[in-house]
Amino acid sequence: MTSTDTDHGGDVRLSGISKAYGTFTAVHPLDLTIPQGSFFALLGASGCGKTTTLRMIAGLEEPSAGTVYLGEQEVTHLAPYKRPVNTVFQSYALFPHLDIFENVAFGLRRRGIKSVKKQVDDMLDLVQLGEQARKKPHQLSGGQQQRVAVARALINTPKVLLLDEPLGALDLKLRRQMQLELKRIQTEVGITFVHVTHDQEEAMTMADTVAVMNAGRVEQLGSPADLYENPQTTFVANFLGTSNLIEAEVDAKSGDEIVLKAGGGKLLLPEARCSAPTRTGGKVLVGVRPEKISLTHAADAGDIPAGRNRITGKIADTSFIGVSTQYVIDSPVCPEFEVYVQNIDRDARLTPGAEVVLHWNPAHTFGLDADQDIDAGVGSVDEEAAA
Amino acid sequence: MATATPDAPPLAPAPAKKPPRRRGRWTPYWLLLPGLLWLFVFFALPMVYQASTSVQTGSLEEGYKVTWHFATYWDALSEYWPQFLRSVLYAGAATILCLVLGYPLAYLIAFRAGRWRNLIMILVIAPFFTSFLIRTLAWKTILADGGPVVGALNSLHVLDVTSWLGITAGDRVLATPLAVVCGLTYNFLPFMILPLYTSLERIDGRLHEAAGDLYARPFTTFRKVTFPLSMPGVVSGTLLTFIPASGDYVNADLLGSTDTRMIGNVIQTQFLRILDYPTAAALSFILMAAILIMVTLYIRKSGTEDLV
Repeated sequence: MTSTDTDHGGDVRLSGISKAYGTFTAVHPLDLTIPQGSFFALLGASGCGKTTTLRMIAGLEEPSAGTVYLGEQEVTHLAPYKRPVNTVFQSYALFPHLDIFENVAFGLRRRGIKSVKKQVDDMLDLVQLGEQARKKPHQLSGGQQQRVAVARALINTPKVLLLDEPLGALDLKLRRQMQLELKRIQTEVGITFVHVTHDQEEAMTMADTVAVMNAGRVEQLGSPADLYENPQTTFVANFLGTSNLIEAEVDAKSGDEIVLKAGGGKLLLPEARCSAPTRTGGKVLVGVRPEKISLTHAADAGDIPAGRNRITGKIADTSFIGVSTQYVIDSPVCPEFEVYVQNIDRDARLTPGAEVVLHWNPAHTFGLDADQDIDAGVGSVDEEAAA
Repeated sequence: MATATPDAPPLAPAPAKKPPRRRGRWTPYWLLLPGLLWLFVFFALPMVYQASTSVQTGSLEEGYKVTWHFATYWDALSEYWPQFLRSVLYAGAATILCLVLGYPLAYLIAFRAGRWRNLIMILVIAPFFTSFLIRTLAWKTILADGGPVVGALNSLHVLDVTSWLGITAGDRVLATPLAVVCGLTYNFLPFMILPLYTSLERIDGRLHEAAGDLYARPFTTFRKVTFPLSMPGVVSGTLLTFIPASGDYVNADLLGSTDTRMIGNVIQTQFLRILDYPTAAALSFILMAAILIMVTLYIRKSGTEDLV
């Protein structure tokens, strides 16, 4: 959709914006361009500055430095009510004293539009709430309130729709349903959506582009598949899904591949997939996603085709979760190596204590700078899940 | 499975056990009891006593007897209707003044005071640490003839305007309607501010942000969101001010003159000086009925039943 869109006059551009509260810096100077018509997600743990960034676009927070552009217009210090931007708030913030119709009509009426009936009815139909027009917000369920909040913002056809954790209060099933619903609405109306969330699955399902934020900075920006396959930092590698990271030493380069020493064995890493500087003898973190790995019992090690990266270890734990089985492997190079194996042909010998060989196509290996915290982004996922 | 098991014990009906007694079923009534007793002894009984007094005839020397003399009500109303009217006017004026003075302050405390919030709240309540009578007497000094307040108002020609309006007389503020309304306003202001503050403080700040986000200017936000949501506070504040103010006699007594007598003053005089108990009781009942009717109409009109 964005690729065919040649008009970039509606892009949101953040240029060097930052926000500090006293001595605490919520957002470090940040440059970001959100293309017109895209579904953009700001993803990060709580307190990473994603909501502050969103509020600076909405005008609810004034940047300490930098500028905000909506298309050609500079809006850095413009009051919220003068901006062509609308927000879906985290707790919806529906007006409790107005019925659903008046909630949705609020923005139109403030702009002096007299005949709002048709527009409001159409919008309520879009979010499938035509029947509820005369109810008060507290008479609706959480999912319905959420849709009212979306309708109330969308009806103003803003240049940008900002969504601040809009699905956070819904239960899992409803959240899945609303993710698809929001995606459908966005495709239908073609308005730029900026979506703030701490749920990596939500960001990846919905967004065209995801910016992963950590401690007031954007760690990495890209399409969901790109972020998942080619994380540039340990934070992204651990925060988006799960990664197995191994400390390795650069041994040699052969063609497009780097040969690494880890523990006793050798691993191959495509040079193009390594974001860290590589010199012989230097350290690199080697990563591989758990679902890319095959698991073979040590007795059958001879059957493994040549040219694959291999690691040996012992099964520490298994958990059966239906479509797949998750194994935790205790390996000399990595104490908690995770492997997800699809339940197609289960090998009965793969029980805790069994000696195994892990092997994968070297093309699935990625390399990261070893000067980072290897566990960055691991805890933050758990914190959010516990919250 | 189809074979019978003859040695199985016959299914004896289990001994009928009494369902375990639900404890605490009577707790709500026990909790109500002290309040109900209090209400009975100090409200219901006096009401009955007053009602019977209001339809008695007789004299102090010969004693009073219930003669179902309802004409007392009519006589009282036709003689004292100016004082009734004045009470409603003064109390109404004081209520409006309280709302105009109290709303901005309550708004400030609820949304803008930050760490000063508690201090300002204490200042609002502080006058209650001295007696009602002392505070009202203090106003006598404040508004004294030739005092700084009156002098300032005089030189600013405010008194010319208020004299023309008929709420002050010449160079005096004391012993005029203005003084009584000022006293009422001052004494009942906290009763306005506290409920206003409570209902404003309950408003979710994000609603203000949402209104701003939906193109409402700050004043429109106030008009369309903040004020409607504070209606429960406005209603209870005005009731808490108007009801006691309309029955008050201390302010009219200390700050007013014979021309500013309110119905409270009449009732007080009838009971304590003239000792015409039936008339005093009848006036009390008329006042109560009038307030009940006005309050009912007011609540109906403000349409806040579902908000309160």
